[in-house]
Amino acid sequence: MLVFRYDKSFEGLLTCLFDAYSRRAFPERLISMDEPPPLFAGEIHGVVAERAKAERVWAGLERRLTRPVCGMLMHVWLSELPQSDELLMRYMRKAFDAQASIATMFTDPDVLEVKKIAAKVSKERERLTQFARFQKAADGLFFAPVSPVYNALPLTLDYFTSRFADQQWLIYDLKRRYGYYYDLATAAEVTLDDDERLLSGKLNDALMAQDEKLFQTMWREYTVSLTIRERLNPALQRQHMPRRFWKYMPEKNL
Amino acid sequence: MEMNEHVQDKLKILAESAKYDVSCTSSGTTRKNKPGTMGSAEGWGVCHSFTEDGRCISLLKIMLTNNCIYDCAYCINRRTNDIRRATLSVEELVELTIEFYRRNYIEGLFLSSGVINSPDYTMERMLRVVKELRTTMRYNGYIHMKSIPGASRELVEQAGLYADRLSVNIEIPTEQNLRMLAPEKNHQSIFKPMYYIQQGILGSSDERQRFRHAPRFAPAGQSTQMIVGATNESDSDILRLSSALYLRPGMKRVYYSGYIPVNAYDTRLPALKQAPLVRENRLYQADWLMRFYGFKAGEIVDEAFPNLDLDIDPKLAWALRHPEAFPVDINRADHSLILRVPGIGVKSAALIIASRRHGRVTSSALARMGVVMKKARYFITCGELATLTVNELHPDQVRLALAPKKGRRDGPDTRQLSIPFTD
Repeated sequence: MLVFRYDKSFEGLLTCLFDAYSRRAFPERLISMDEPPPLFAGEIHGVVAERAKAERVWAGLERRLTRPVCGMLMHVWLSELPQSDELLMRYMRKAFDAQASIATMFTDPDVLEVKKIAAKVSKERERLTQFARFQKAADGLFFAPVSPVYNALPLTLDYFTSRFADQQWLIYDLKRRYGYYYDLATAAEVTLDDDERLLSGKLNDALMAQDEKLFQTMWREYTVSLTIRERLNPALQRQHMPRRFWKYMPEKNL
Repeated sequence: MEMNEHVQDKLKILAESAKYDVSCTSSGTTRKNKPGTMGSAEGWGVCHSFTEDGRCISLLKIMLTNNCIYDCAYCINRRTNDIRRATLSVEELVELTIEFYRRNYIEGLFLSSGVINSPDYTMERMLRVVKELRTTMRYNGYIHMKSIPGASRELVEQAGLYADRLSVNIEIPTEQNLRMLAPEKNHQSIFKPMYYIQQGILGSSDERQRFRHAPRFAPAGQSTQMIVGATNESDSDILRLSSALYLRPGMKRVYYSGYIPVNAYDTRLPALKQAPLVRENRLYQADWLMRFYGFKAGEIVDEAFPNLDLDIDPKLAWALRHPEAFPVDINRADHSLILRVPGIGVKSAALIIASRRHGRVTSSALARMGVVMKKARYFITCGELATLTVNELHPDQVRLALAPKKGRRDGPDTRQLSIPFTD
């Protein structure tokens, strides 16, 4: 069994495909730099990520697949699911080898699986846009803590920059410990050195804007007042708004 | 302006008063963010929260005031009800909207109001809120505004320039019943503003054909709502009215609100043990069939079956009444026929059509695509081993296999009201 070892970057993955074509040998497994090789590994090839190779592969994909489909591959990558890189490898190989576009060949398990995982990541993106909540800090910055199951935060930037164009904000993924800071012009990726104090997901009272607590309380009371008691259905509520999001939402966790 | 406990209290009262309006969508508009302004209503609106009853909160749904000169039997805010009354000032409501929006609590504002003094007086106050938001605050988020029954044409036309969607609620499907429950209203006072909105939309799209920058009028169209189960209309009456409404330009959604006995003391209204939630759900399914599946109202309900079947969904019910339309050949049939198969939705139908170009679609592929095979298998063939379809079996047998089991339920069915009306 042929195994490729690479740095688990997207660029690295595209380089893997490039190497496979130039070696005319396709790996059955992809492993990270520090992962022990599988028991029956025959040959292990180390792949060095190279921008030029990656760009050639991506350009080739863009010629064969439409933009939304290339976007789906990006979504699958951001899912960070185990073996999603191997799925992408198989998909890209099929895309290159097939005569016509494979994008709609949903009878193929890999094609369908890519669509399904992309849909899940896209759903997580949507949920971030639904349930992320800003807290206003005393200096006017709006801070939103998130911890999505998939790494969907980069996909939300168009939403947040167009909605909140005239306010400074910071959205921080507490699980992956990075975020985006928007300075009224562009949103840039940031990693905070002292993010320990943010890990609770709540600004402490000293950092909070004066009105912030009041607006949080008003919002929570508003959602309570809006409930129709004759139709209580907490299971439906949880289905639409999974519990894992509640910890940063003032209406659920003040 | 200072936010305080006083406003906090008013917010609670006015949310209570607004909660029975079911509309919550915030899609269908194209209002983009422009540099230097706040907010954007581009693309699909999202739900930002869900209440414990499982309903979506997308917009800040609120009344400007819950004082009202009318005495409609079905309404919590009728003037003879002894409830707490409150009125928000224009400034208070504008600030609430902006501050909630900035925290990503909402997609925008859904503004409604009780009628004070006169319909026009009320509309003018509401207009001041939306004008203030759009002009002074340079707010681009979504605005859904109620048009007050009986409001003048000029005010409706102004509202359409600031709001993304306008709506007038029909509430009671037939005029006769409306007059019984709301003697101060009639269908004309409702259909007139609806007509003004429609004319505004048509006028604006006509203008925009000639001048690219002519202002849009209520770009997300209009919607309306009917209360279900407060009066004796059949599902057929309701769905025929809906389908007539959907034929009108700009009519985007008809909502159905299962009647909740807010004024149980009023003997003109039926005594219900619980809101007719199953019926409401079936009406929405039927509504979906009309809008996305190419069904006509007359196919879903007719003289022989004026009410929807509560045990099975309307699409399955149609299929069982029309076994001659099946089996549908998954690999050959038109898109419109595939859409008629119970267990196949809009998404899986699209996947099937796309995949057919690459080769044969098998039943295992169907299951992977999300087709509910438990239902669909009675109505399809896909060139594999013959299975028993609705034609080999009898529709009654298929129904028995797919309807929920009734075994242990005690007593009579309480989901549908028995209608206590006399003529």
